[in-house]
Amino acid sequence: MHTQALIIGGGVTGTGLARDLALRGVESLVVEKNDINAGASGSNHGLLHSGGRYVATDPGAARECHEENEILKKIAPHCIEDTGGLFVAVEGDDEEYAADFPQRCSKCGIPCQWLDPKEAREMEPALSTRVIAAYLVDDASIDPFRISLENIAQAQDLGADLLCHTEVTGFEKENSRIKTVHLINTNTGEEISVEPEQVINAAGAWVTEVAALAGIDIEMLYSKGTLLVTGHRVTERVVNRLRSPGDGDILVPGGTVSLLGTTSIRIDSLDRIRPTIEEVDLMVDEGSRMIPALKGLRYIRSYAGVRPLLKMDSGLDDRSVSRGFMLLDHTDEGLENFATVPSGKLTTYRFMAEKTADLVCERLGVDAPCLTRTEPLPSTPSGMWTEPALGPKKWIRENHDDPLLCECELLPKSSIESIVRSIHEHNGDLSLKAMGLRSRVGKGACQGTFCGKRIAAFLQETGQMKGAEGLDDLRAFLQERWRGERPVLWHSQIMQAELKEALYCGSFDLETHGGGQE
Amino acid sequence: MPESETIECNLAIIGCGLSGMAAALFAAEQGISTVQTGVSGGMIFASGLLDLMGVHPLETGDKWRDPWAAIEALARDIPDHPYTRLEKGSLRKSMEQVVAFLGDEGLPYLKDGENNSEMITPLGTSKYSYYVPQTMWNGVKALKERPPCLILGFNGLNDFSASQIAGTLGDQWPGLRWHNLDFSNNVTAAGLVSGDIMARDMEVPENLERLVSEVRPYLNDAEAVGIPAILGMERSHEIVEELSNELGARVFEIPTMPVSVPGLRLNEAFMRGLSAKGVKLFFPSRVLKWEQDENGKFLLGIGRNRPDKWIRAEGVILAAGRFWAKGLRADNDKIRETLFDLPVSQPGERKEWHRREFFDLRGHPANRAGIEVDDLFRPVGKDGGPVFDNLFACGSILAHQDWMRMKCGSGLAIGTASAAVDAFSSFNA
Repeated sequence: MHTQALIIGGGVTGTGLARDLALRGVESLVVEKNDINAGASGSNHGLLHSGGRYVATDPGAARECHEENEILKKIAPHCIEDTGGLFVAVEGDDEEYAADFPQRCSKCGIPCQWLDPKEAREMEPALSTRVIAAYLVDDASIDPFRISLENIAQAQDLGADLLCHTEVTGFEKENSRIKTVHLINTNTGEEISVEPEQVINAAGAWVTEVAALAGIDIEMLYSKGTLLVTGHRVTERVVNRLRSPGDGDILVPGGTVSLLGTTSIRIDSLDRIRPTIEEVDLMVDEGSRMIPALKGLRYIRSYAGVRPLLKMDSGLDDRSVSRGFMLLDHTDEGLENFATVPSGKLTTYRFMAEKTADLVCERLGVDAPCLTRTEPLPSTPSGMWTEPALGPKKWIRENHDDPLLCECELLPKSSIESIVRSIHEHNGDLSLKAMGLRSRVGKGACQGTFCGKRIAAFLQETGQMKGAEGLDDLRAFLQERWRGERPVLWHSQIMQAELKEALYCGSFDLETHGGGQE
Repeated sequence: MPESETIECNLAIIGCGLSGMAAALFAAEQGISTVQTGVSGGMIFASGLLDLMGVHPLETGDKWRDPWAAIEALARDIPDHPYTRLEKGSLRKSMEQVVAFLGDEGLPYLKDGENNSEMITPLGTSKYSYYVPQTMWNGVKALKERPPCLILGFNGLNDFSASQIAGTLGDQWPGLRWHNLDFSNNVTAAGLVSGDIMARDMEVPENLERLVSEVRPYLNDAEAVGIPAILGMERSHEIVEELSNELGARVFEIPTMPVSVPGLRLNEAFMRGLSAKGVKLFFPSRVLKWEQDENGKFLLGIGRNRPDKWIRAEGVILAAGRFWAKGLRADNDKIRETLFDLPVSQPGERKEWHRREFFDLRGHPANRAGIEVDDLFRPVGKDGGPVFDNLFACGSILAHQDWMRMKCGSGLAIGTASAAVDAFSSFNA
């Protein structure tokens, strides 16, 4: 197999790059060892930064955020809810930091409007009465799953290809170039060789492993961040704590819920990343200083992601290491057709893709301008089902003869069919987990108790899963959900967990049937 | 002090799940004047099976054909399990008493001598249970003998999947087939059919005839036919027999997800039978306030949002269930009992409450938290003495058991209800 550009990694960077290249007429193959947005791209706040968060620590990144914020709101409005955002300081916070904020914003060209704390509470009644300073900025909420799904959908329309569950096993080099890339499908064991003209390492937290296969040393730091999902939406706008970035200081609306995050914990290994009870309690504590109601709320689940950070000998803490865009050209290390995008942010994914595509095109001798700055990102069926509000709206309009398989998120049978098609288009492996990456399946209050069984049954009924496959997949899916539920099991959510266990263990005895311990 | 109407009784039972219902039955049959409160809901989650004891030790997931032997082993290994406070004879007798009552109310049960029976679950897995509704009995035989068998599903009956059951069991059951029928006249706008509406439909002879004629073409060589448990609300065992005769195959019901028709049948049978026996039922209502009078009698203020009636009782049995039923409540640092603030045996810090794997065979420590009792099933305080002389507890709220994993829920509910009622009687006498 031959391709002009082999992109390693199917997160926002990889899929964004595939689209950018496709719009310039460059064909690419994206290989992803797991599934779309399986890493950091799928486990973040879904925050489209105004840039305000970085004005003190990283003005360059702040400026980039602001520019990209404006571009994405124009080209991908269907992936964004333009909520606006607040920065608020509470009693006891560093008043100097708060006082300097507007000036710092203006230096970076970031619009920022002073608010009387009383006015801020009128806009967001959930805010603490102890707010002492407030500013309005252009933050918004963005759906990272939809962004990636739409990017890859258009890239595929224009000739790109995507292979999920496909891992790089080795590179063959010849004359300072990567000549052949060896791949393996991690589900089937099938081996594939690709001869690419250019190779782009966009493997996120796994860039070190990939680069090592090419004999290149990249040192990364990994910082785990845990987030919490509330049972309902707490605020209309993004709310940031107006202080030097810390734990539990951002609350982002995500459709019908809100996402509270994050922590920042240095980790050495990428295995078994899971949210912990300590992190959850810490965030609820910190978050409640801005929004007291966060103390008594129902949390549906938690999740954890890893921020990959390029290691630089600066002695800075993990939040201060520049999260700005970087592109490593490996020519000096003896490889002329290899590049790595080691780190970045959701907000600036398009810019990263543009700069990387510029390099790829220059190396390929392709003279085509970047179009993603102005070309709208089309809305496609494969990205449609990640949006929380869409399910209900669409279903209520078109519900005839289309039974609901998920009652929490109102996903009808037809949506499940469409999600299954999308998995096939990505050469993905059909599983409930893969459906969860492409839709709201399993994300509602019941955390898969009812929809999990129904969708597994649907797959069995339509012959897409056979024999005990369905049962094994259901087990794996419930375990996957459990990772996020376990840290928030008190009040209402422990009741849900008990119902789930009463059914799957009490009635179905699933714990003694099949599957192994993780 | 209560100003509104006060109802006098010997015994007030809080909770209307299986344990509360069984306690009310035992009390009524002893001639104790009894009032029962609760928010209906416990029973509709029931599968209809009456488990006694199935798995021990949990660590290895050993399943026991003989539940009585399993209980003996359990008593050796987990000496504070509530079963250890029950005489084998009285546990057996209490289950028999409930089953006899249900039989009289039109819900006959069967069992395999002293042994557990293996049942098909709604997922196509199998589990052990003790007393099995007669409507499901042919399924026990079919699972054992594995004859050519047809599993029937209904389009729109969302939580029952014939294909899922056949898919799971098919590897070890070559003659197992499935088919979905379009059957109900009562499909909602969302394309869904509800089990209880289907069950009522099945009581209409024409509908049953139509079912027979629609199943027949798919029967082929099937000697047994599994149908979701929607075959009538009140005379389901007769419907199963009729269907078996008409189809010339052994028809059996398979349990469904909640809201389950067998659960509704149990709920209706208890409500009907207990009312007939003179139990005063106040459903749905919660106990919202309580106090004790100068003689130590309990005054319970019941209602939906604020107390609109008061009950004066010599004694109270707390059968309020666990988290789902709101008998227990988990704050983020402690598990509490919601009504009397009774001491709760804690599972440690929150990070100890649940294990990392949902399906960890050992079960989750939070599910063993609960109320500790003395030999008279009275909740005890830190000093080991009863918190109140006349407050008793039974069912899943009790500590040191994991009914979901041990498959001991019904035996626990019924056996401890019987013991609590006996303890109240001896106290009252």
